[in-house]
Amino acid sequence: MQDKIVVKNLYKIFGPDADKAAELAGAGKEKDEVFRETQGVVAVNDISFSVQEQQIFVVMGLSGSGKSTLIRCLNRLIEPTSGQIIIDGADVTAAGPSELREIRRSKMAMVFQHFALLPHRTVLENAAFALKLRGLSKKDRNDKAMRALEAVGLGAWADSLPSQLSGGMQQRVGIARSLAAEPQILLMDEPFSALDPLIRREMQDELIGLQRDFKTTIVFITHDLHEALKLGDQIAVMRDGGFVQVGPPQAIVTDPADDYVRAFVQDVDRARVVTMGSIAEQVEPIVLGRDDLASARRKIAQAPYSALPVLDARGKLKGLLSEGALAEGGRPHLERLVPDEMQTTPEDVSLHDAFSLFAKGEPVAVLDEKGRLAGIVDPQAVFSHLSGGDAPEEEQAEAERPAAPTAPSHDAA
Amino acid sequence: MSGFLDLFRPSTYGKLPLDDGVEWFVKDWLVPNFRPAFRAIQAPVDALLDSIDGFLQAVPFPIFWLVAAILAWRIAGRGVGILTAVSLLLIDMVGIWEETMTTLAMVITAVAFCAVAGVPLGILAARSDRFAGGLRPVLDIMQTIPTFVYLVPIVMLFGVGMVPGVIATIVFALPPVIRLTNLGIRQVQGEMVEAGYAFGATRRQVLIEIEIPLAMRTIMAGLNQTLMLALSMVVIAALIGAGGLGLTVYTGLGRLDVGRAFLGGFGIVLLAIILDRVTQAMGAPTPAQANGWTFRGVARSLLGGRGQKAEAAAGQ
Repeated sequence: MQDKIVVKNLYKIFGPDADKAAELAGAGKEKDEVFRETQGVVAVNDISFSVQEQQIFVVMGLSGSGKSTLIRCLNRLIEPTSGQIIIDGADVTAAGPSELREIRRSKMAMVFQHFALLPHRTVLENAAFALKLRGLSKKDRNDKAMRALEAVGLGAWADSLPSQLSGGMQQRVGIARSLAAEPQILLMDEPFSALDPLIRREMQDELIGLQRDFKTTIVFITHDLHEALKLGDQIAVMRDGGFVQVGPPQAIVTDPADDYVRAFVQDVDRARVVTMGSIAEQVEPIVLGRDDLASARRKIAQAPYSALPVLDARGKLKGLLSEGALAEGGRPHLERLVPDEMQTTPEDVSLHDAFSLFAKGEPVAVLDEKGRLAGIVDPQAVFSHLSGGDAPEEEQAEAERPAAPTAPSHDAA
Repeated sequence: MSGFLDLFRPSTYGKLPLDDGVEWFVKDWLVPNFRPAFRAIQAPVDALLDSIDGFLQAVPFPIFWLVAAILAWRIAGRGVGILTAVSLLLIDMVGIWEETMTTLAMVITAVAFCAVAGVPLGILAARSDRFAGGLRPVLDIMQTIPTFVYLVPIVMLFGVGMVPGVIATIVFALPPVIRLTNLGIRQVQGEMVEAGYAFGATRRQVLIEIEIPLAMRTIMAGLNQTLMLALSMVVIAALIGAGGLGLTVYTGLGRLDVGRAFLGGFGIVLLAIILDRVTQAMGAPTPAQANGWTFRGVARSLLGGRGQKAEAAAGQ
């Protein structure tokens, strides 16, 4: 994966003496101090981050944390005081007016909190807005806009006015308008905050689907932690203009960087965030054809559990062999023992969705993308992780995961 | 005692010849130096006024009556349609039809020039706080200075007649459309304008696609106010030779002919009511606006404004 957006040392200071304020902020002064000395408000304070292609990067913060300013700096609706914004290797902050317009027309689209649809234009005309600005012929832009509307399920409403639509539908039009231009980057400024909780959840699911189809990179602003955890491949927690912590959802919840983040995430249902893959423990499985009864017994004795998964010679999971089954004896060959069926799950499934697999009280096998055994999860481990977990064990589990988070955990719904 | 306090009155020591100064400024500087320039301003007003007046006088009463009633009905509803039809009948029956048409031509001309000058000025004022700040006292003066004061220089610069009357009307009626255009554009939600720029609109595109359409109601309210002010100026304009209903009132006044003066006032009031109701309806979200201010949209609402769905389907 490539870095789509790279932001380096971004500052935005509102006020009369921005240069001096930037200097003070750069020297590490607090926001309040800077304001007292220069009357300048540090809205974005030395922010650096990068977003990989086709990722959803969520910026989460309370109102006044500077998140809306930050996202507007990315497409320069608000001119940054200093810093660089590099998209596909090109510095957006250095773009001239016409170059910037071109970037906005074709590369970066934006979705707004209050939809910002034109009330005097039909849904189709709204969806075609960016294309019209780009100067496409009416037929071309209507075709493209219609496709975008159909993608968000509003094809039948093309000739209605926005006021005839519900809030959720209006925001769908907002999303269709931004998708119609086929942008590589979608900037979403609290797009679902004005919607009812049920509709919001529906829209979140839909956004995930749309992102997969359109392969866009998304920067998503929200004040809702659950939304952040559900959508984000990476989450940045923002406070007083700076990032407090950046990381995958699970790291934010299980390993908060400071008390501020900890207070934020304390009410989060860990079971919905922690994935099976992240708590799976590597064990030495019993391999048919390589192990005999004696070595199988030895392995089980050494293992933390009273049972171990059994693989065939090709590494395929055959089942679970318990100490009890081995002890029954009488059968000299390991191959003749029929292992119990073992519950399996992919790595990115949350604990919450895997609870039912533990019904029998037996360990569950976690399989990687190729169906190979990645580790097992003991029922007891589930409980210890829900209550806070052991830090060392988690770090180990984290290290086992690929460096770039793979499929996001979209299962909190 | 008062003699002592007079020591502190500036007029004891001398008089500031403001009146002489203005007299010199207008008579000896403005008029000789700029008369041709002012004459040039006069030309387009003259041309528009002539053609509108000529057209209105040429249209036979029944046709005008029918078209006006139908327009009023389609734009503002059945009630206003009936009101228009009855009012026009009355105006003709009392014998002031020609004067009413002349007044209408004057008002339309004045409002057209107010719109052409006022809307751009309002847009500029909305764009720049400094320009708005400079414009405000000028507008305040235009609205508060008694009209008789500037009738004199207008006569000096433009002479007497219909056109100077219209120009005086323009000066008097211009402020509301500027103020309300400014207000309307400033009231457009920031997010809407941001959306325009975020999708790569130029300033001009933001203005045409977003700001003006969203400010249209307020701009129309400003035009309505301008229109009403223009009508109220009709009688005063008659003092410098403008004709129409104002002249009817003015001659009635001169001859102490109560009936004649009343006739003029009657016509002005009926005309004012019709124009007010129709232009107010144009500002409100009517079928015409829902259909868009395109030729087809307006035509659609005039033809009955049937369900948009059907029309749109037919249009595709």
